[in-house]
Amino acid sequence: MAWVDYFHYWVFAILLMIGFFGVIAKRNLVKKLVGLSIFQSAVFLLYITMGKVEGGTAPIYGITDNTVFSNPLPQVLILTAIVVGISTTALGLSIVVRIKEAYGSIEEDVIHEKDRVE
Amino acid sequence: MNLADHLPVLQVILPLLSAPFCILMRGHMLAWAVAVVASAAAFAVSLQTFGIVADGTTLTYAVGNWQAPYGIALEVDAFSAIMTLIISGASLVALLAGLGSARQQLPEEKQPLFFSAWLLALAGLLGISVAADAFNIFVFMEISSLASYVIIAAGPHRKALGAVFKYLAMGTIGATFYLIGVGLIYMMTGTLNLDDIALRIADVADKRPVLVAAGFITIGLALKAAVFPLHVWMPGAYNYAPHIVSTFLAACATKVSLYVLFRFDFLVFQANLSEHGYHFSHFLMPLALIAVVFGAIVATMAKDLKRLLAWSSVSQIGYIVVGACFTTEAGLASAIMHMFNHALAKGGGFLIAMGAALYYTTTRFSNLAGLGKEHPWLAAAFVVIGCSLIGVPGTAGFISKWMLINAALEQGATGVLIIAVIVFSSLLAVVYVWKVVELFYFAERPEGGSSGVMEVRKPEMVLFTAMVALVVAANIWFGIMPGEPMALAMQAAALLTGGAQ
Repeated sequence: MAWVDYFHYWVFAILLMIGFFGVIAKRNLVKKLVGLSIFQSAVFLLYITMGKVEGGTAPIYGITDNTVFSNPLPQVLILTAIVVGISTTALGLSIVVRIKEAYGSIEEDVIHEKDRVE
Repeated sequence: MNLADHLPVLQVILPLLSAPFCILMRGHMLAWAVAVVASAAAFAVSLQTFGIVADGTTLTYAVGNWQAPYGIALEVDAFSAIMTLIISGASLVALLAGLGSARQQLPEEKQPLFFSAWLLALAGLLGISVAADAFNIFVFMEISSLASYVIIAAGPHRKALGAVFKYLAMGTIGATFYLIGVGLIYMMTGTLNLDDIALRIADVADKRPVLVAAGFITIGLALKAAVFPLHVWMPGAYNYAPHIVSTFLAACATKVSLYVLFRFDFLVFQANLSEHGYHFSHFLMPLALIAVVFGAIVATMAKDLKRLLAWSSVSQIGYIVVGACFTTEAGLASAIMHMFNHALAKGGGFLIAMGAALYYTTTRFSNLAGLGKEHPWLAAAFVVIGCSLIGVPGTAGFISKWMLINAALEQGATGVLIIAVIVFSSLLAVVYVWKVVELFYFAERPEGGSSGVMEVRKPEMVLFTAMVALVVAANIWFGIMPGEPMALAMQAAALLTGGAQ
């Protein structure tokens, strides 16, 4: 059952595509950002998965010579990527707030219509 | 260790540390002054490094003295030196020239925040150019992107918000694609240091994850670099950004992504993956050629000076990618040279747009008609910049186009076809530049077109004029004496293709 072995990677791919679909297909700006967030989270999963060692623990406490631990580097990297993801979402949401103030709507169609009329 | 050893890291931390300092400043003049000083310092550092790497040495720096490949390494070679010069130079010129424009377009109490975001963008862009670590490049890329979203959103028109949202969504997708690619490479090689990846990837070359990684990285960076058809975020973002921001970002932001793309592709992939050069050029070349023509066609139909310049950028980025797609030393040298020259020309073009807006508030063509009659020197400056965009001999744009055509000639029959496309697009460039020149010189001023214009202070005008003169002079100077950037571009090209043999 090869696909079971790659379960995490399948989840990564499916989440990535769900997020991507959200960014492209949704017309509501907040839903677009939700999609973008899912899209980024999928990548976190990819990184965490690749660093996982079976039976591995965190390399923090109680380490003896034959302790197996997971690769901490991808986890550190992803900590950075999470920070980036949060900043992007926060910035995106603040832009949505300003769009709402300026146009009175967060639906793309309405915004385009108002831009066109102008 | 003396100060000179720390140049690569100083390049990044000077603007980075000045950014929070900038917020503390009261009033726009002080904040602006901090930004100018930080940019000038960054520019001085890049000039200094340029002097060191000009003879072919590569500066390496281990951050915190943790040696590569475990520590974070910074590396400055000829290619990075060109990029840092373009970036810090663009920032300095845009800031100096844009004092009046910033006062006109940005509310005074927001300016300290604006300039601190500007410095973060500057630090991020410079960081990308000096980083020698795939993940650090991602982090710097996100620092610069997030800060650029902020400064673009500062544009006075509400359409800026829509444009920024689009840029944010597409930019994040691009960066995330790059991150996926780096992750897959890390899986296969266990390292993030670019030189180390280049060494270790040979063992796993042509395995599927590496090929997929190459695809993700190329697409992600092409998105950030606005390579056709992934350019849709750019015209809007550059058009609605404050003029001062358009001048800065149009000169360097997309080129930095191209820099990463070339560096990654030539040093890591083409050196190790069989036939990767072939795949790279056959994937990107058609897109670049379409961009060259399509961007120019849309530019001829623009009704706004900034929109025209932004679409011309789509076309000019096409030239850069065409040069790189030859995957030869001559082709790459022309691409790098065109990065430099296009930064001069496009930065200059947006400076003129900024000036036009200082006089007439907007850059819409209906509003700019007859500008040459009231402000002849500004129109004359546009003629020179326009010639450089077209590639008229005697201007900087000519040199890189000439190099590009020479590189194409090496390719035989297909090269001739490519030259035909380049010449056709240059003719289109004549059309769109002429359109503006005609408007400036031969159209009548609209009735009451100058009303409601804010008065520009004398020192602001002096600074602006000096900067326009400087950029115009640079466009001519590097068109006649291209020696220094050319030597550096040749060196950078040799470095990149040296890895490919």
